[in-house]
Amino acid sequence: MAGGQERILRGRIRSVQATKKITRAMELIAASRIVKAQQRVQAAVPYSEQITEVVRDLAAAGGSTDSPLLATRDKIVTVCYVPVSADRGLCGGYNAGVLRATEAEIKADVTSGRDYVIVPVGRKSESYFRFRGYQLDQAFNGFSDQPSYAAAKQIGEHVVSLYASGAVDKVVLVYTRFISAGSQEVVLRPLVPLERDVVSGGDGKPGEDGLSADYEFEPDPSTILETLIPRYIEARVYAALLNAAASEHAFRQRAMKSATDNAEELIKSLSRIMNRARQDAITTEIMEIVGGAEALSGDSTKHVRLIDVGAARDMSNLSTGASL
Amino acid sequence: MADSAAMRVEVVSPERVLFSGEATQVITRTLGGGEVAFLAGHAPFLAAVIPNHTRVYLVDGSVLDIAVHGGFVEVSNGKVSILTDDAELGSEIDKAHAAAEVARLEEQLRHEHDAKGAAELGKAHARLAAAGGGSGTSAAAH
Repeated sequence: MAGGQERILRGRIRSVQATKKITRAMELIAASRIVKAQQRVQAAVPYSEQITEVVRDLAAAGGSTDSPLLATRDKIVTVCYVPVSADRGLCGGYNAGVLRATEAEIKADVTSGRDYVIVPVGRKSESYFRFRGYQLDQAFNGFSDQPSYAAAKQIGEHVVSLYASGAVDKVVLVYTRFISAGSQEVVLRPLVPLERDVVSGGDGKPGEDGLSADYEFEPDPSTILETLIPRYIEARVYAALLNAAASEHAFRQRAMKSATDNAEELIKSLSRIMNRARQDAITTEIMEIVGGAEALSGDSTKHVRLIDVGAARDMSNLSTGASL
Repeated sequence: MADSAAMRVEVVSPERVLFSGEATQVITRTLGGGEVAFLAGHAPFLAAVIPNHTRVYLVDGSVLDIAVHGGFVEVSNGKVSILTDDAELGSEIDKAHAAAEVARLEEQLRHEHDAKGAAELGKAHARLAAAGGGSGTSAAAH
């Protein structure tokens, strides 16, 4: 019976060790991907900086800021939320953070009488909101750990068309901003319409000689602005996706590191229990030998010293068999 | 005088910076404006760019070929920035593959003409031209 317990424990240790190998591998993969994801975030910075500059310059120099995507609507009836989550789990509180923030905003909207619609990005947010019966629009997923610009473009085009058609009056992006490998935060960012301060502040960039730049346009400024603003929105979505991907890897690395640590702890305590069980079994066996010997000595005191250890073991085996 | 002065040129896409450095001349194609060449000291300029074969004349005399698949070009403070959704360096494009793509799309458009196919063909021409085959102007025909 003691041997049986020992075997069960050995099995459990083996399974925990196998799990530990998996979590350790996932931790290392996530750690290496953080670096790559961070580089991608960095690589997207020049483009988004430049496009912001161009939008500002155009607004300042061209002056035509009557694009519908720039106009804040007086009455906000429907708000569109775009929560960016992961496609897979096993990343600690990453998905929960984004989903909770989105849900809280929706509840606040509903109590203040506004309608909402969700455009979920990532399988986890889609299944979460679908299961709870929220109003969903088109879902986007399958790229959460390595988002491409094409994916961002699809999302951008979709929300712009939702806004342009009048189905929604505001689009809010919910994602996890990557600050550093050690810290990320869930943020809500209004995406459409663009905020005024995004387009203002362009000074037409006075040249080094102090002269204000007088732009030539090809074709006219409003046409450029019309094609430029969707690109700008796509760039914002892309930046959000990249931030979310980097955060996902950081969260996963942390979650898997603590899982690996837990597995180690578990293996240690299980081995201790197993060793004690084995020790117990040995002790019991010795006790049985001694007990057997004493029982024999009770029969005839003279023969006790003549019984060798081998015989005693046979006896103890017999007695164990009997007790089983 | 034109080829002596250098200016700063940047070609950036959301995914990477394709080129950042000094150049003497940049040729690209704008929406409705045909091909435009920029030299140092160009007036501030902002335009939408259609898919084309953009050429950057480097300071050392060599030419960098880039297939730019639409975007914007801004000239300000003597700096030329090309912002594009997607772009490829000519050296990264497989010429044979690009030529096959052009042929396939041309064949397809002969049967049914649609805007999407025409846009694709414009891109394919830009790629082929940047890879060093065909002419950079053929994209304008469509």
